[in-house]
Amino acid sequence: MALKTETMILNMGPQHPSTHGVLRLELELEGELIKNVKPHIGYLHRCFEKHAEAMTYPQVIPYTDRMDYLASMYNNFGYVLAVEKLLGIQVPERVEYIRVIMGELQRIASHLVAIGTYGLDIGAFTPFLYCFRDREKILSLFEMTCGARLLYNYMWIGGLSHDIHPDFVRLTKEFIKSFRPTIDELNYLLSYNKIFIERTANIGVLPLDTAINYGVTGPVLRGSGLAFDLRKNEPYSIYDRFDFDIPVGKGLMGTVGDCWDRYYVRVQEMEQSLRIIEQAIDQIPEGDVQAAIPKRIKPPKGTVYFRVENPRGELGYFIISDGSPNPFRVKVRAPSFVNLEVLGELCKGHLVADVVAILGSIDIVLGEVDR
Amino acid sequence: MYQLLYNFTGDVIISTIVVALIPLTIILIYALFAIWLERKVSAHMQDRLGPMRTGWHGWLQTIADMIKMIQKEDTIAAEADKKLFNIAPVLVFTGSFAAYAAIPFSSALIGSEIEVGLFYIVAISSLVVVGILMAGWASNNKYSLLGAMRSAAQIVSYEIPTALVVLTMVMYTGTFSLTKISEMQTPYFWNWNILGGPEFGITKFLLIPFMIVAASIMFISTLAEVNRTPFDIPEAESELVAGYFTEYSGMKWGMFMLAEYANMLAVSAVVSILFFGGYQSPFGYLGNLLNIKWLIPFEQIFWFLLKGLILVFVQMWLRWTLPRLRVDQLMTVCWKYLIPYAVVNLIFVGIISLL
Amino acid sequence: MKEYLKNTWQAIYTVLVGMKITFKHLFTPAVTIQYPDVKVPLPERVRNRLYVNIDDCIGCDQCSRACPVSCIDIETVKALPGEDLGVTSNGKKKALWVTKFTIDFAKCCYCQLCVFPCPTDCIFMTNVYEFSEYDRRNLIYNFSNLTEEEAAEKKANYEKFLAEKEAQKAAASKTKE
Repeated sequence: MALKTETMILNMGPQHPSTHGVLRLELELEGELIKNVKPHIGYLHRCFEKHAEAMTYPQVIPYTDRMDYLASMYNNFGYVLAVEKLLGIQVPERVEYIRVIMGELQRIASHLVAIGTYGLDIGAFTPFLYCFRDREKILSLFEMTCGARLLYNYMWIGGLSHDIHPDFVRLTKEFIKSFRPTIDELNYLLSYNKIFIERTANIGVLPLDTAINYGVTGPVLRGSGLAFDLRKNEPYSIYDRFDFDIPVGKGLMGTVGDCWDRYYVRVQEMEQSLRIIEQAIDQIPEGDVQAAIPKRIKPPKGTVYFRVENPRGELGYFIISDGSPNPFRVKVRAPSFVNLEVLGELCKGHLVADVVAILGSIDIVLGEVDR
Repeated sequence: MYQLLYNFTGDVIISTIVVALIPLTIILIYALFAIWLERKVSAHMQDRLGPMRTGWHGWLQTIADMIKMIQKEDTIAAEADKKLFNIAPVLVFTGSFAAYAAIPFSSALIGSEIEVGLFYIVAISSLVVVGILMAGWASNNKYSLLGAMRSAAQIVSYEIPTALVVLTMVMYTGTFSLTKISEMQTPYFWNWNILGGPEFGITKFLLIPFMIVAASIMFISTLAEVNRTPFDIPEAESELVAGYFTEYSGMKWGMFMLAEYANMLAVSAVVSILFFGGYQSPFGYLGNLLNIKWLIPFEQIFWFLLKGLILVFVQMWLRWTLPRLRVDQLMTVCWKYLIPYAVVNLIFVGIISLL
Repeated sequence: MKEYLKNTWQAIYTVLVGMKITFKHLFTPAVTIQYPDVKVPLPERVRNRLYVNIDDCIGCDQCSRACPVSCIDIETVKALPGEDLGVTSNGKKKALWVTKFTIDFAKCCYCQLCVFPCPTDCIFMTNVYEFSEYDRRNLIYNFSNLTEEEAAEKKANYEKFLAEKEAQKAAASKTKE
């Protein structure tokens, strides 16, 4: 007579210190091993796409800020490039350079949050504060330029809202100089620490074909070994003028595609972003940042889909315009929403304590998942 | 100490009470200081300031927190087992506090000079396990129960390397009594056990690496017994189960915290007695120099507390540097790494001390 | 066996390296400041609470239309032909009484989209960020400088003027016949 065993359902509720936002995970456990994970989302849904239908094109930009609130510059960037493609306008060189610099600074800031909170989930308290200390420097650069620290509304259709401050170039160069030693320090404190490696290597291995089948993008895909980055494969703006590498996961501490690889890809991407900023900051041409902003934005009828490389993956905007000042439909392909699906696949066969590690390595932001 | 007081007052009850109260006062004042120190150390390691507004640099913060905890509502879940729920914190604290009875603070201030002091300390610290299991069971919360079982498994497993290292030291020094071990390590630091012990000779230098290994093994295993990072699965805030004291509020939670800090000092004291000379000063006594004989016990208390606090500081330092180990990795470290190293160490020390 | 010893050595070494880093940080000065006593100096372009200089406002309603969350509420009354409302600071002549100009700061998202369209630069963002209230209704700021009776009076005047014009038109068309 066989024993009848039941699996236990455990609820990692919407309020939990380790799910990055309001995410409810329903874990189906057999003892300590996980059989299935079902994420329940929707707790942060704020009807972005419905709002966008009632606003004019420039008014949508503050709403795009608030989707992925840790990488607002890039949300603006994607939307603005999509509308400019629809309108068919060409922005001045100065605007392009400043947009790239702001985008890369935002990438560093977003990865700092990802790394810091990942350390916090694993149990190391200090790297979190070191990451935030450096992020403060980036945020004060942003505050000096456009006045806000988190939700910028900086990139406008056809240009920027403000020109950069006269001190910006000097302060950015100082930041670059002070940031490189911090990445080394972070590596010694967290990445190469034996306990951290024990907790993240060989956990949550994502094989490459599974990754492609699920449609994941960003550091999650690059951690599994594929060097696919929209900045190199489909260059937008002026990324094709800069020389930088795409870090991939090589399985240095375990198998290719485990949590450590995804985490280390983010650390290396910060280094590459520094390279891009260094090259761009010396080449900014003179010009007027508000020259190409049209007076009334009434795009012709048509549709456009434009995708950019968010710090979390491929962010896509699909805009349908019917000739009026309000867009007919704005649909956002959020990278965290697609990446979250792969959580169920990754957690099978691991222990409960690993769910936190795996979720942290996928790096989701609930604002983007729920929009 | 008891003898002194009895001669002074002539009353059994009063002298017993005073002797029992002195370590309690030391623990309470130390706990106040240690919690403040932990917050300040953690803050400065993280480039921030810590408590600054209550008193000079926030030294009154612990008292403020205690006042806040005392006036909190004492919630007990409806289905919880009330008797066990109430006894559990008391038991955990008693286990830690009872270990102080055998620890010599100085040559004059000892709770009770028993011949088997070390054995007694290792045994009475296990009372904590019973308290933790009671706390987990009585909370009527399946996550608390899971956390309590894990914590109990952790403490019981890590007692084995502790016991092995204690056995090594007993074998080397030849006595269980903590006072005798402290006296054997004379007040000059080159005679301390970490540097090979008081007898000069080839054995002294041969023993140094093994003593260092033994001290580290003991330090790590006592770290696990006190539930400090990297072994703080039971207390972790970002793990799934929030630990065995989730359901406790107010002063009962305060008792658990107090017990943790008292335990920290107790194990640091034992490590410092076994390896670092206990209450002996590293450079000889001022009292001897100036020929004031009654100064010596006070100097000894000072050195003892200093060594204890330095080891407590190292424990705090480790907490803010390292991430947490997963439960099965914790067990791997204990059974597959620490115990083999402790056994090999024991054999080598045994061979060398035969020379 | 070699793996075992390598693991032990790696564990000890990385732990010590980590401890060295935190120990070094123990002696670096703190980067935080004691907030209520010391405040961070804010840059000039900072975006906090809005301020409206009502003497310069010409009632064009551009800011209200630019706002994405509709937090600015403006009501205006046309001035009678004889009345002189004055001139704004950059020379424009005012032709509308601004009877109601409220901004609800509970809704405002501090996006700065209202500042750019203003023709007289009368609405701008200050650096005031400590203005929390206990009641949500206290966050509705009223910038207009006409009291309720004055506003009602202006409106009544204008309607009387319109009614007179209507009467005149009716009388003129009657005499034409």
